Amino acid sequence: MANHHDDHHHGHHHDHDHSELSETELRVRALETILTEKGYVDPAALDVLIETYETKVGPRNGAQVVAKAWADPAYRQRLLTDGSAAIAELDYVGRQGEHIVVVENTPSRHNMVVCTLCSCYPWPVLGLPPVWYKSAPYRSRAVKDPRGVLRDFGFELNSDTEIRVWDSTAEIRYLVLPMRPDGTEDWSEERLADLVTRDSMIGTGLPKQPQQAS
Amino acid sequence: MDGAHDMGGVAGFGSVRPEPNEPVFHAEWERRAFAVTLAMGKPGGWNIDMSRFAREDRPPEDYLSRSYYQIWLVGLERLMLERNLLRPGEIEAGKVLQQPAPISGPLAAADVDAMLRRGGPSEREAALPARFKIGDRVRAKNIHPATHTRLPQYVRGHVGVIELTHGCHVFPDTNAMGLGEQPHWLYTVTFDGKDLWPDVADQRSRISVDAWEPYLEPADAA
Repeated sequence: MANHHDDHHHGHHHDHDHSELSETELRVRALETILTEKGYVDPAALDVLIETYETKVGPRNGAQVVAKAWADPAYRQRLLTDGSAAIAELDYVGRQGEHIVVVENTPSRHNMVVCTLCSCYPWPVLGLPPVWYKSAPYRSRAVKDPRGVLRDFGFELNSDTEIRVWDSTAEIRYLVLPMRPDGTEDWSEERLADLVTRDSMIGTGLPKQPQQAS
Repeated sequence: MDGAHDMGGVAGFGSVRPEPNEPVFHAEWERRAFAVTLAMGKPGGWNIDMSRFAREDRPPEDYLSRSYYQIWLVGLERLMLERNLLRPGEIEAGKVLQQPAPISGPLAAADVDAMLRRGGPSEREAALPARFKIGDRVRAKNIHPATHTRLPQYVRGHVGVIELTHGCHVFPDTNAMGLGEQPHWLYTVTFDGKDLWPDVADQRSRISVDAWEPYLEPADAA
């Protein structure tokens, strides 16, 4: 699948700069106009859908789940036993998170999540997936050369640590519970959540260290 | 189908390129394409497996040359064309060419939150006991259906171990084709990297897929 974003937008966000519309932009405009005119879509509902995933549902949700699991051993146990139910306690529910399984990193096992067939991803806790997660390089290599993929993220996994890759081929969604960084023993959930990165919950990264906290 | 979407293990795509501080969408048209796709689910009446098949069922060069939301877009166009919700030439004309087919009513802004919260759970009552239990050795069947399936090619013919059971779930192979949900037991089956990729694999990797019972047979079957 083409990484078209990289051609024009790598490292930038300038989608309002274009003066001429691409064929795709024209098609989408025409489609929305036609479907609105037919009464199939209400543009106000489209705005709410976009706003939801741009401002409300994202990896901050997952970070709250992880921080709570780090701070509360009973919650951690519930999370590992029935991920969806424990995550619903924080009111993160619904589409693309109906059946969530949480997998825990340990010193001997590192978990990483992929969807080789499309882009399955736990929306209620992580939001919509980043481009790289949906890209051919990640989908093709995560299952064959997972340590090499981690190196693409600047992450060298200890050679003694088993790497466990979860290919999301059904409606089960996986969330990685990363290991709590050392030196955070007396931290509140709120401070801990600031250490939890999106990539640490996919398994392509690690949480921030205490000295990197914002 | 053995299509370009089934990417596990395919070589030549290069390295992964993470994008620092990536925005949720990279262009206004992506926002609208995403939202139109979600909003059309209700009036369109298709299911998630039909959507996936509409995206992946295309020539490899077509699939591989489109960006992610461009694939969503062509998938959506196809689902609507198949149901006469969209007529050929309408997008090119930029206007409605024929009276619309009746629908149940569009998704209202006030209903978005409830629709997203409801989601689409795929678990169903079990009609039959599970054939396999945790720890069983199973072989992924070497099947090559021409239509939708969620058994990736890279595990077919290989032996793995049942690691988790997830109850009975809607079977995508039939659901995608309008043949009903036909729920089957769903398992997480874990393979050793050395078995899947003996000459290249990391010596300490294990890879799982989630596989419905019809994809699997006992490893020791004749």
